[in-house]
Amino acid sequence: MSQALQAAPGRTAAAVRLDGVSKAFGSGAGALLALDNVSLDVRPGEFVCLLGASGCGKSTLLNLVADLDRPSAGTIDTGGARVALMFQEPALFPWLTVTGNLELALKMRGVPRSERRGRAADLLTSVHLDGFAKKRPHQLSGGMRQRVALARALALTVDEKDPDTGTVLLMDEPFGALDAMTRDLLHDEIERIWRERGLTVLFVTHNVREAVRLGDRVVLLSSRPGRVVEEFPVPMERPRRIDSTEVATLAGTITDRLREEVGRHGR
Amino acid sequence: MAVDTHKTPPADTPPDSALQRQIAGLDALELAGATTRGRALRIWSSAWPKLGAIVLGLLVWQAVVWSGWKEPWVLPGPADVFPELWKRIEDGSLAESTATTMQRAVVGFAVSVAIGTLIGAAVARVRVLRAAFGSLITGLQTLPSIVWLPFAVLLFNISESAILFVVVLGAAPSIANGLISGVDYIPPILQRAGRVMGLRGLNMYRHLILPATLPAFVSGLKQGWAFAWRSLMAGELIVNFGRKSLGAQLGTDRDVNDAAGLIATMIVILVIGILVDVAFGAADRSLRRRWGLDGS
Ligand SMILES: Nc1ncnc2c1ncn2[C@@H]1O[C@H](COP(=O)(O)OP(=O)(O)OP(=O)(O)O)[C@@H](O)[C@H]1O
Ligand SMILES: [Mg+2]
Repeated sequence: MSQALQAAPGRTAAAVRLDGVSKAFGSGAGALLALDNVSLDVRPGEFVCLLGASGCGKSTLLNLVADLDRPSAGTIDTGGARVALMFQEPALFPWLTVTGNLELALKMRGVPRSERRGRAADLLTSVHLDGFAKKRPHQLSGGMRQRVALARALALTVDEKDPDTGTVLLMDEPFGALDAMTRDLLHDEIERIWRERGLTVLFVTHNVREAVRLGDRVVLLSSRPGRVVEEFPVPMERPRRIDSTEVATLAGTITDRLREEVGRHGR
Repeated sequence: MAVDTHKTPPADTPPDSALQRQIAGLDALELAGATTRGRALRIWSSAWPKLGAIVLGLLVWQAVVWSGWKEPWVLPGPADVFPELWKRIEDGSLAESTATTMQRAVVGFAVSVAIGTLIGAAVARVRVLRAAFGSLITGLQTLPSIVWLPFAVLLFNISESAILFVVVLGAAPSIANGLISGVDYIPPILQRAGRVMGLRGLNMYRHLILPATLPAFVSGLKQGWAFAWRSLMAGELIVNFGRKSLGAQLGTDRDVNDAAGLIATMIVILVIGILVDVAFGAADRSLRRRWGLDGS
């Protein structure tokens, strides 16, 4: 189907298009090239997982797409889509309760006051944190905070004022601090919400199986500088199970490739 | 305190409720261990060391008096000072001077807060002002406000305005500085989170900058109060135009060689300073606890 899209005249219909994007931090001799000439198209409604060794520039890439930072070279086009980002850290406002954090996000997306409380409660249900609405972030465990951050990012995917614009949801290792059981549940949940809302997702993870479980496509980045090394389409039908043999097989292939890539830096 | 009860999930969530219960169980485990001690016990455990310190102080004072180091009319003991204090409470003279002093303190502090906040906000947000006045404000903070007194008297003569002037110059820099450092230390990650949410302009102030700055601002208020109180005492002691106040009372007591009265007045000044400081400290701590800024 991607062929059909690419066959169209000109370059069209990518929800996110990175074209020759580079990002250097600092300047002169001490400069660090975090991303080098990264080009990547994400189709509307596609779920793309980004894999790469620690420090290869994954968070940098998401920050660029979210317009929190400017690329040193190249262009990034999100076609005016609304961008929701879940940071690698929870980044919750400590002076607000859990529900307060979610309600603020909803408010900023034009949800009327009367609906916010209820919508926040629904979001908490979807990350399995009912009963924690009145807690403050510092009273939660790290994994629970991550789930609240996920709920907040989900809150940012809607827009009452402008329901027709598409949403790009960027997630930076959203499940890194979770136990396997909770993580599996959230995989189902994120997949359901992605489908229902027709989101475009760019999902960063270190967990190869997780990438294969969720992605339509897995993009492998090299380290220092970050480049796209290889892309793996994931052909398996959904819903997939993370412990199925098909997932394990493809994950094995990708892991080998990842090892090779990391190994080049061992010398 | 036990963990909140988990509501059962609504009917439309996936039917793996056994799994969900297990997750709720895991979450409960993660949150376990938070307990609250009895309130009375807590108050007592924080009060007894302070009471002990007061008793110890009185004992040392009495011991020095008994040692005969100074004549009793120069250095009276607690047994002379407290009856004198009581007498002044009863005849209303303490209330009168305390009222004047507290009125000045409140007005002076309020003006300091207004000025300090305005200047702090401007300097924190406007780069040119920061470059021009940032270090000047820090410098002002280190300047003992008594240094301003002669100048204040030149400007305003011996008047209320002169006292107000030194109080404000003492307190406002600390308040401005608290605000500035609060704005400076808003965690960048929260600013990014705010931008992703679309916080801009007024919303940015209301939902991010103000709340994020509040703890540092309250610390600045606390410090500002301490400077205001010192400046006020210096001002009242020196700028004395016959109106009864705590600072002026110190001068009067010394002039008539009333050592017991002098020490009684000092005790009152000390107690007021401590009480207000404790109030600010409590506000500061509760804020920090609620913000999760200290490891409680
Ligand atoms: N603000 C910055 N200033 C200087 N260097 C930076 C900055 N942000 C990131 N870097 C550098 O850029 C590189 C990529 O960082 P980035 O955070 O994007 O990695 P990552 O792939 O997200 O890693 P991880 O998987 O550990 O989260 C790192 O070498 C990092 O040191
Ligand atoms: Mg990262």
